[in-house]
Amino acid sequence: MALESLIQLSLVTLFLPLAGFLLLIFFGKRMPRQGDWLGTGLVTVAFAISLVILFVQLAAPGPVSAGFTWATFGGIPGIGEVNIELGILIDNLSAVMLVVVMLISMLVHFFSIGYLEGDVRYSRYFAYLGLFTFSMLGIVITHNLLMMYIFWELVGLSSYLLIGHWYEKKSASNAAMKAFIVNRIGDAGMFIGIMIIFVHFSTFSFDAIFGALSAGNLPFESQAWLTAAGILIFCGAIGKSAQFPLHVWLPDAMEGPTPVSALIHAATMVAAGVFMVARLFPLFTADALLVIAYIGAITALLAATIAITQFDIKKVLAWSTISQLGYMVMALGVGAYAAGFMHLVTHAAFKAGLFLGSGAVIYAMHAALHKKHDHDTDAQDIRNMGGLKSRMPVTYWTFLIFTLAISGIPLTSGFLSKDEILAGTLAFSTLSGHWLLPLIAFTVAGMTAFYMFRLFILTFHGEHAQPERLPLINEVPGVMSIPLMVLATLSIFVFYSFNPFGASSGWLFQALERPLSAVPEAVAPATWPVLYEAISRVHTLVMILSIVIAVAGLAFAWLVYQKRAISAEMMAAKMGRLYHGSRNKWYFDEMYEAVFVNGTLALTRISNWFDARIIDGIVNGAGTVTQGVSRISGWIDNTFIDGLVNFLANFTGAIGMRLRRIQTGNIQTYLVFALVGFLVITIVLLTF
Amino acid sequence: MEFQIFGIGILTWIVFLPIVGMLIVLLIPSENKNAIRWTAAGATGLQLLLAVILLGLFDRTALGINDPGSFQFVEQFDWIIVEAVPWVGKIEILYFLGIDGLSILMVLLTALISLIGVISSWSIERMVKGYFALYLLLVTGMMGVFVALDFFLFFIFWEVMLLPMYFLIGIWGGPRREYAAIKFFIYTFVGGVLMLLVMLGLYFSVAYTNGAGEQVHTFNLLHMMNSANFVEGSIFYGMDTTWRYAAWVALFISFAIKVPLFPFHTWLPDAHVEAPTPISVILAGVLLKLGTYGMLRILFPILPDGTVYFMYLMAALGMISIIYGALCAMAQDDFKKLIAYSSISHMGIVMLGMASLTNQGTVGAVLQMFNHGTITAMLFLIVGVLYDRTHKRGLYDFGGIANQMPKYTGIAMVAMFAALGLPGLSGFVSELFSFLGAFSSFRVITIISVSGIIFTAAYILWTIQRVFLGELGDEHKSLTDLTGRELLMFVPLMLIVIFLGVYPGPAIELMNASLSHLVEFVNVAGR
Amino acid sequence: MVLPEWFAEPGLNHFLVVSAVLFSLGLLAVITRRNIIMVLMGIELILNSANLNFVAFSRYGLLSLEGHMIALFVIIIAAAEAAVALAIVLNIYNRFGSVDVEQISELKE
Repeated sequence: MALESLIQLSLVTLFLPLAGFLLLIFFGKRMPRQGDWLGTGLVTVAFAISLVILFVQLAAPGPVSAGFTWATFGGIPGIGEVNIELGILIDNLSAVMLVVVMLISMLVHFFSIGYLEGDVRYSRYFAYLGLFTFSMLGIVITHNLLMMYIFWELVGLSSYLLIGHWYEKKSASNAAMKAFIVNRIGDAGMFIGIMIIFVHFSTFSFDAIFGALSAGNLPFESQAWLTAAGILIFCGAIGKSAQFPLHVWLPDAMEGPTPVSALIHAATMVAAGVFMVARLFPLFTADALLVIAYIGAITALLAATIAITQFDIKKVLAWSTISQLGYMVMALGVGAYAAGFMHLVTHAAFKAGLFLGSGAVIYAMHAALHKKHDHDTDAQDIRNMGGLKSRMPVTYWTFLIFTLAISGIPLTSGFLSKDEILAGTLAFSTLSGHWLLPLIAFTVAGMTAFYMFRLFILTFHGEHAQPERLPLINEVPGVMSIPLMVLATLSIFVFYSFNPFGASSGWLFQALERPLSAVPEAVAPATWPVLYEAISRVHTLVMILSIVIAVAGLAFAWLVYQKRAISAEMMAAKMGRLYHGSRNKWYFDEMYEAVFVNGTLALTRISNWFDARIIDGIVNGAGTVTQGVSRISGWIDNTFIDGLVNFLANFTGAIGMRLRRIQTGNIQTYLVFALVGFLVITIVLLTF
Repeated sequence: MEFQIFGIGILTWIVFLPIVGMLIVLLIPSENKNAIRWTAAGATGLQLLLAVILLGLFDRTALGINDPGSFQFVEQFDWIIVEAVPWVGKIEILYFLGIDGLSILMVLLTALISLIGVISSWSIERMVKGYFALYLLLVTGMMGVFVALDFFLFFIFWEVMLLPMYFLIGIWGGPRREYAAIKFFIYTFVGGVLMLLVMLGLYFSVAYTNGAGEQVHTFNLLHMMNSANFVEGSIFYGMDTTWRYAAWVALFISFAIKVPLFPFHTWLPDAHVEAPTPISVILAGVLLKLGTYGMLRILFPILPDGTVYFMYLMAALGMISIIYGALCAMAQDDFKKLIAYSSISHMGIVMLGMASLTNQGTVGAVLQMFNHGTITAMLFLIVGVLYDRTHKRGLYDFGGIANQMPKYTGIAMVAMFAALGLPGLSGFVSELFSFLGAFSSFRVITIISVSGIIFTAAYILWTIQRVFLGELGDEHKSLTDLTGRELLMFVPLMLIVIFLGVYPGPAIELMNASLSHLVEFVNVAGR
Repeated sequence: MVLPEWFAEPGLNHFLVVSAVLFSLGLLAVITRRNIIMVLMGIELILNSANLNFVAFSRYGLLSLEGHMIALFVIIIAAAEAAVALAIVLNIYNRFGSVDVEQISELKE
């Protein structure tokens, strides 16, 4: 197949979901079954095409790209013509990501048919899913920063719409708003970074930017600005991938329907930040990457400590998602490019699976509670579950596979990628001395195994909280369980590497070759061969350590929650402050609320007061002063000037009153006057 | 280029068609409300048709700005000529119309918004005849400003707008309409006086030698842009003199009041809140653009030295307007007032882009003028629809409208997200280019300004939440969705917003030649 | 010169005396009469005294035929004037019910 047709195929993949969105938003309600078949069908077709793209691209010698001119600025002095191009770039990275997005999107579409049956805005929901898929694909296949930013914001929009799907609930609309605004903060940083790049290079295209950078062209001729640009662009990823300190929106985003959480807030959109860092990898200086690595590490640790104490099944998964995203970001930051991105892929499968599995549990719980007319019990609280194993076998077994995968137990996909990340961080620390990174990475690995099995055991094992409810809980229908099985299959190592203990020999690792850094050598990160050598030295150690730690975490969870050998309550009591801090998410929400939200609101009140009192005060004051002056001048006018005029008028009037007497209006009188006058004049003339 | 209808140039038609409409309206008996409405719709509709013809015939490579040869559809006649005044020479005031890349979009915007304003005025029932007569007079004034190339003519059109606006707010407005109308009038009038002063100063300073060898004082803007035409020893002679800077500041204030820029903005919220919906639409859609248009048309090329000197001042005021407008908008609980403050914020972006004196910044600014015109017009219409139905405007009075009025909500979402600067809608494109241009001139100011987009997102989303999301109140269960007439005014605007968001290329091409010429001219002449 | 002699040879002075008498009588009528008709007749008298003077000067003075002609004009104008004036009087009578100049006062308080 000609490579150019890849571009056309990718365009088809891009626009099929958009077509679905447009059709459903306008005609969805009038279609049979509200058009769920349309959205699902289009996405399935697009998934098939994306698979073709992946296979063709993997066999192809190199990337293909194509663009068109979106806007032209002519005749700029010193620069000449500036063309702003939008376009598509298909390489291994985007082809893999394309398949990941389309696969999860398709499965979520199917799952949603069951999960959202009878929803108030059923067709609207599928329309928004289409919009999301479209926007996410845009990020994946773009060849320039501008288009990435455009679609970056559009996924934000679809995320907003889907989180707020049940907008009658205040908490849902609040969560949607929070997600959008927190993301905007990151996006503003990203926008500034893009501006730094564009103002200097006059182009948005990745290739052109990297080319100019390798040629020694730096923004504002300074490495500091380049580092700043890198970190600012990474701000976008901090927002979208819910990294510290902008991680607060993701747990709240669980207000959305659970399949949405699986698609957007676990597998794809939140991974967009990781994808972007991978895509722009050549742009980052060593300093920028170090910042990225530490942000990732802090996020991973922070989220893991919170996940341990949560009771809401979705919240635990949300915090674990943040933690895993931190992992990926950290991996990219230390230069373990393929490992980080591979973790994105494997994580997409098992985390989407976990969310869909939790969706199945919630669905079943809801159905049971509904039958009992119980509207007070929280269907998402794991304290209300337990013993579901017997009632939901498919969900149970698939959930087990996902949990093993996320904990990094051998033979799962998660083990492969996590192992590579751990090796990467340890290798990085041997090269640069940043020992904190591997320490955090291993700690988090252990914690992950612990809290995931805590969740798993509390949900599926032990006694059900209300034993009489248990018989009412039933396995979910096929349209929901089949996606779970597909994802569980994909959580096995064999799809990524035939060697269960070494990802680096697998096709995925091979396909994701780390690009050469474009920044000047003095500030560039350690090259891949150097890092790879270091990784090879520590790899066996890391593998043993990671297995030990994961199993330890697992065993600990088993002891505490299954065997009840150690009391969880007692541990919580011993931890005291730490427990409460973790339980309350380290008070980030409260802190932000107090500082930023209330600060902004106070600022708005101040500016409103300033506007109404000071500025308008000056305006109105000027008006009042003018009025006062006019009153004084009016008084002067009345008293003196008008006084004089009035005096003259009155004087004239008084004389007139007397003189008018002779004006009788009688012509005869006048004639007598005339005659007398004539006589007098004649006499006078004759006499003198 | 020439284009005439019945021997009269197309620009004259486009400017005076509303006056013709006004005369017809005055002849119709006032009971015949529908005839009056249809006349107004006809006049503005024809005007829009002419504007579209203009767009079709427009040559996008012509430069314009200070080059008389490349203006298009030019009509130039002597209007007031006084021969051989002692010590002054010949006095010349021209009837001089023409358009270039800077004005073409504004002409189009004016025609479009005027027609939509008429459609939206259909629901006005009080003193219909007087209303439409004044409305049409206002339209002529606005259109005239955008095509006049003689300062005197410009000034006359500028002042012509004032009177109908005063009455339209003062008679058909809300409860505090008199206060708002007087405030508007005085603010604008102060600006007009400052402009008059500078105009006279320029007039006495500028003289060109005509074919007969006479020295002619003129109000011709193009002659004023040529520094060789300044008479030696006159008040504005030379470059970078105190008098010129003073003139720049005075003229800047007179335009800044109209924009409106912080701290000259407080007339706007009052005027918007009190004005009837269509007048708010006109006010936000067209009137605010006159300020920034005037700066680009008159202030920048005539006083380039001041423009370069005060660049940072303009950018700083733009930045303050962006942030301050957004913060004030967030504090409002009146829907209309919120949009009024958001206008201040968005016009700050125009100012920032213009001040950068870069190609992208200026193109972004003019595009933002156009986009803000369409988007904010939509927003005011959206408020108007709710107000017509419920006679309420408070943001806390509503909730859950999304379920009751789906079409309305869909359109409102498009407008709101366009105002928020969501990519794919037109607001984003112009903000993008304004900021890109601004960043190459001012780094810190632009970075601070960009943070304004966060506040914008906050107040828009908060508004959506309060009005459209949540539970529907019982008193709103009977609200009806948009009627055909209302759809008619929303749909064209929405299509434009989406089209320019997806593919802004044609619009940019339309003005790029003129604006890059302007930027180059100002940069060369001012430094 | 004795009186009869003065009468025997009528000259310019005679006419002038008659004319002066006529004028005085006319003026007296205009000033004193309250009836508009009477006032009008007084005016006629004044006019005729003027006519007499014209004709007399035409006969004895340097004027030749001009005097006669002007006199004729005056007679014609007097006729017209009388017609107009009487019409006005008629209207005044219709409106005020009187031809007494004392009672016809619209502008006076």
